Amino acid sequence: MQAELIEIRNHLAQHSPFDDMAEDTLDQVVSQIEVAYYRAGSTITELGDLSTHLYYIRSGAVEIYRRSGELYNRLSEGDIFGQFGLMMNKTVRFPTKALEDSLLYLIPAAVFQQLWETDESFADYVEIEDRTRLRTAVSRREKGNELMTARVTRLISRPPVTAPTTIRLQEAARIMTEEGVSSLVLMDESGDKPTMAGIITDRDLRTRALTEALPSETPIRDIMSTGLITIHSRAFIFEAMLLMLHNNVHHLPVLDRDEPRGVISLADVIKYETQSSLFLVGNIFHQQTVKGLKAISKDVRHSFVRMVNEDANSHMIGSAMAGIGRSFTQRLLELGEEKFGPPPVPYCFMALGSMARDEQLVVTDQDNAMILDDRFEPELHDGYFLSLARFVCDGLAACGYRYCTGDIMATNEKWRQPLRVWKDCFSDWIDNPKAEALLNSNIFFDLDGIHGDTQMAEELKALIAGKASQSQRFLAYLARNALNRTPPLGFFRTFVMEEDGKQNNTINLKRRGTAPISDLIRIHALACGSRAQNSFERLQAIGETRLLPEGSVENLRDALEFIAIVRIRHQALAIEDGREPDNNVRPEDLSPFERNHLKDAFQVVSNAQKFLRYRYQAPVGRSLG
Amino acid sequence: MAHRKRSATDATDAPWPARLAHCAAQARDPRLKAYFEAGCPAPDTPIHEVPLVALDFETTGLDPDRHAIVSIGLVPFTLSRIQCRDARHWVVRPQRPLNQDSVTIHGITHSDIDEAPDLEEILADLLAALAGRVAVVHYRAIERPFLDVALRWRLHEGITFPVIDTMAIEAHLHPKRRPNWLQRLSGERSVSIRLADSRTRYHLPHYAPHHALTDALATAELLQAQIQHHFNAETPLRDLWL
Repeated sequence: MQAELIEIRNHLAQHSPFDDMAEDTLDQVVSQIEVAYYRAGSTITELGDLSTHLYYIRSGAVEIYRRSGELYNRLSEGDIFGQFGLMMNKTVRFPTKALEDSLLYLIPAAVFQQLWETDESFADYVEIEDRTRLRTAVSRREKGNELMTARVTRLISRPPVTAPTTIRLQEAARIMTEEGVSSLVLMDESGDKPTMAGIITDRDLRTRALTEALPSETPIRDIMSTGLITIHSRAFIFEAMLLMLHNNVHHLPVLDRDEPRGVISLADVIKYETQSSLFLVGNIFHQQTVKGLKAISKDVRHSFVRMVNEDANSHMIGSAMAGIGRSFTQRLLELGEEKFGPPPVPYCFMALGSMARDEQLVVTDQDNAMILDDRFEPELHDGYFLSLARFVCDGLAACGYRYCTGDIMATNEKWRQPLRVWKDCFSDWIDNPKAEALLNSNIFFDLDGIHGDTQMAEELKALIAGKASQSQRFLAYLARNALNRTPPLGFFRTFVMEEDGKQNNTINLKRRGTAPISDLIRIHALACGSRAQNSFERLQAIGETRLLPEGSVENLRDALEFIAIVRIRHQALAIEDGREPDNNVRPEDLSPFERNHLKDAFQVVSNAQKFLRYRYQAPVGRSLG
Repeated sequence: MAHRKRSATDATDAPWPARLAHCAAQARDPRLKAYFEAGCPAPDTPIHEVPLVALDFETTGLDPDRHAIVSIGLVPFTLSRIQCRDARHWVVRPQRPLNQDSVTIHGITHSDIDEAPDLEEILADLLAALAGRVAVVHYRAIERPFLDVALRWRLHEGITFPVIDTMAIEAHLHPKRRPNWLQRLSGERSVSIRLADSRTRYHLPHYAPHHALTDALATAELLQAQIQHHFNAETPLRDLWL
């Protein structure tokens, strides 16, 4: 007669994930169980022990600890633990102790592995728990990192020092000195109610007033910064940090219902968190030479690894790295303008691709271009802009931003054009789409003005947003191109490896993962007329329309985040090991947990590509394999 | 906490390994001989190193000379782990009639028993599962004597083996289980050393009683709990077995 452990079986059958398990599977599990009694206070598993079992609490209570010794969770009858160690790296990740006298049923690793691989709902259960844990881990990390939980108001030490826009330069300088502030908020008092019109900072006084030897009688409204970047008083400090990084502003007025509550400066944030990426950015702007910039560029990777270790998400890491890249570019342009003199006509320096999308990582090419004022005359002015472009691009290369292999750089005269030429160029790409041409110009549809007259870049964004959504042919060609790079998933959810020379048997997480996702997100974003550049922000804009089926936006966001973060961790690991980071991941280096989720993420990409093909009806006669 | 007791039936001065060796020499039935030859650990072996087997019989009554075994459950274990993989459960056909009272206790009916084998058919498996391990029972007046009588009946030679009795351990821990009339007046209750009640003292879960395998499992868990609370992993076997 088959030994029937009724008590064990009946108890398991009442608790997840065993409650909807097939009868014979459950019998199989029960027959392999080991039972152990732990007296209250005794240690069940210790950190670093080999993970040998999944633990099921039959009676009693168990406490789970963090590495730090801090209590993480308390479990009781019917709960399971130990699955993370089994799924991740085979050692105990969370030490456990019996809080009460406890009777535990232990399921051996081999049985767990088999269930995990063959029983869908069991896998879902143990993995969903794991996601919750990851989320807990992130929020714990975020709690530990005050930048992510403290609000900007924390940095405000006093109400803003304000003055009417009608005052003169000297008066402004006097107020700032007397008040001991580095910025002055200027109020337009001509209406019923004073409104914030601009800001002047000590840096502005130095760079605009002193260097140009402006008379002390100069009206402040002529030199103040307008079109202010501001932040809401409920925003978190890290949001202020990202805003400063993105816009290269060192002062942010904090508003509460349009009322200035105070001004926070780069220095305030750095004081708050000396290790932040802003510290590096602050340092970038203090460098006086390309050599100096090159010297501090090695800190970029430290900053990156640090953010990864703090469990920052890919959006934050991408934004911070792009902010740092942008700062190097901006500082180089400032140094270039010092070296070659002020520009003969206004210009705008554009970042393209990942930097424009705020999705830059540590292994990156430089992609940039220049928009010149329409008064630009090549024979008179191009000498200056070519020199400036060379200075910046060489400088970026010295700082670790490799030259673009496709020569999409401001040094290429093709990409150094007056605004009207750029407009014609974009109009032509959109109105008369050709697949080949678009393949190479994809990168121009992620653009951002980062220095000079950035309004010119905004004009291009507006033109693109207005035209693209109207041209089905254009979208169809983009869609066709986007389908060229498919996720590396074969039949039966197996990975398809790359067979390109030395990097055999790897998956390129950029070419086969994040790039196809950002491609298809870009197309939907263009179709809905969004001017956002960042993929997550584009997804948000797409989500506000009915362009995609319900749930697709969330799925794409999760897939992008997961693939991006695996790619980021892979690079951080390489840096920590002293290897050169790349995008090629060997599946055997991933945990079963990561492999499984990566497959899910690739499946999302694959489905999204199918929808893309259907939605934009790629205008081609041949099949699109 | 040293704890040493010998009941009259087991009284002999020779330690268990020597006694089993002696039995091995005397045994004629090859299954029995093999069982004895497997022997048992030395008396000073720390309990955590001892291979154990929890054993429980359901019987038609309490007197081995008048009643019979109806089912046998056993679970091999050690102080740290109970291995369900090797748990066994047999229903056997008693050579004496079932009485209705015992049916209501263990739930094994005439029809179950009609299809069941005689104890002798499973004897090789049973003895193999017990060999080399120290049996753990709750109330030693059942399993050892019932098996001894059953084997004498069939093989004309008996069996003996060391047991650890979880009930005897509880009895030892609670020497004054029955309060006197004064204590009863002041509300003291008697301490039950029955399996289910003993388990409760160690916060072990309630298991439905009178299924031989469940009771064996319950007994194994109880011994793990008893050792952790009142002894320790290094306690020598000699302090525990009877």
